[in-house]
Amino acid sequence: MNTLTLWFHKFGSPPVFHRIAGRLAPWLYAGALLGMLIGLYGGLVLAPPDYQQSDAYRIIFIHVPCAWMSLFIYFFMAANAFVALVWRIKISEILAMASAPIGAAFTAITLATGSLWGKPMWGTWWTWDARLTSELVLLFLYLGVIGLNHAIEDRRQAARAAGFLALVGVVNVPIVHFSVNWWNTLHQGSTVRLIGPSAIDASMLWPLLVMALATKLWFFASLFVRARNDLLELEAGKEWARAEVLREGGTP
Amino acid sequence: MSSFLDMGGYGFYVWASYAVFFILLAIDFIAPRLRRRRVLAELRGRLRRQQRKNQESPTA
Repeated sequence: MNTLTLWFHKFGSPPVFHRIAGRLAPWLYAGALLGMLIGLYGGLVLAPPDYQQSDAYRIIFIHVPCAWMSLFIYFFMAANAFVALVWRIKISEILAMASAPIGAAFTAITLATGSLWGKPMWGTWWTWDARLTSELVLLFLYLGVIGLNHAIEDRRQAARAAGFLALVGVVNVPIVHFSVNWWNTLHQGSTVRLIGPSAIDASMLWPLLVMALATKLWFFASLFVRARNDLLELEAGKEWARAEVLREGGTP
Repeated sequence: MSSFLDMGGYGFYVWASYAVFFILLAIDFIAPRLRRRRVLAELRGRLRRQQRKNQESPTA
């Protein structure tokens, strides 16, 4: 085996994952909070007001990173669901199911902050615009995955059924992303581009990117903490889990 | 300071957005910790029952 597959096998083993994830999570949370402090200082204090939207545009520093996360997490969940369905890897099942509530939270933040931004700028809290509607469908997909996962008694069967739903729902991800190009929407097109210059000033761009990184760190922190719970519960009968319960929960 | 809080008249919308963000992240932080406690308590109970059973019939 080459180093990569070896690493994969090792990190994929439940006790090793449980230990490493537990050790990484506090650092990821710390990095996320630090990034948020820096990003929000840059966005709320250093960046100048927008010439059209004045200070209302400052909602962008949470709205856009959370919207990116809503898509990133869905893709992450679907990729893990795919691996879980094809190769039956336990860790992938757990990662897919643990990412759903975090993705739902970021999608809810995106919709709520979008609404709070739409009211002063568009004059309405909500409109059935392609971008808004497809993002709402994304929230329902997350909730459907969470619901299905909780509806089935057997944990592994539940993860596979919900993973299948997650995989089917992945068609919605490009629809959300390209909706502003495919349809004539009230929602504006993208201003930040990976290729070519972004249509946003550097003083506003860097806090946005710092926030994007911070929300990503937050996701992995929360994912690891959640996955550890699921793993401990799933492997309750195993020796390592018993040792962990005794270590963490005191003497029985 | 008050002009910072006012956000050019958009204070309510801007600060409500930031409040939604931090409240949901706080819930996301707390929820798995509460679940950890429940899972550990349940597994501890299961271990205890198992030990008791082993003591009653050590040969089994």
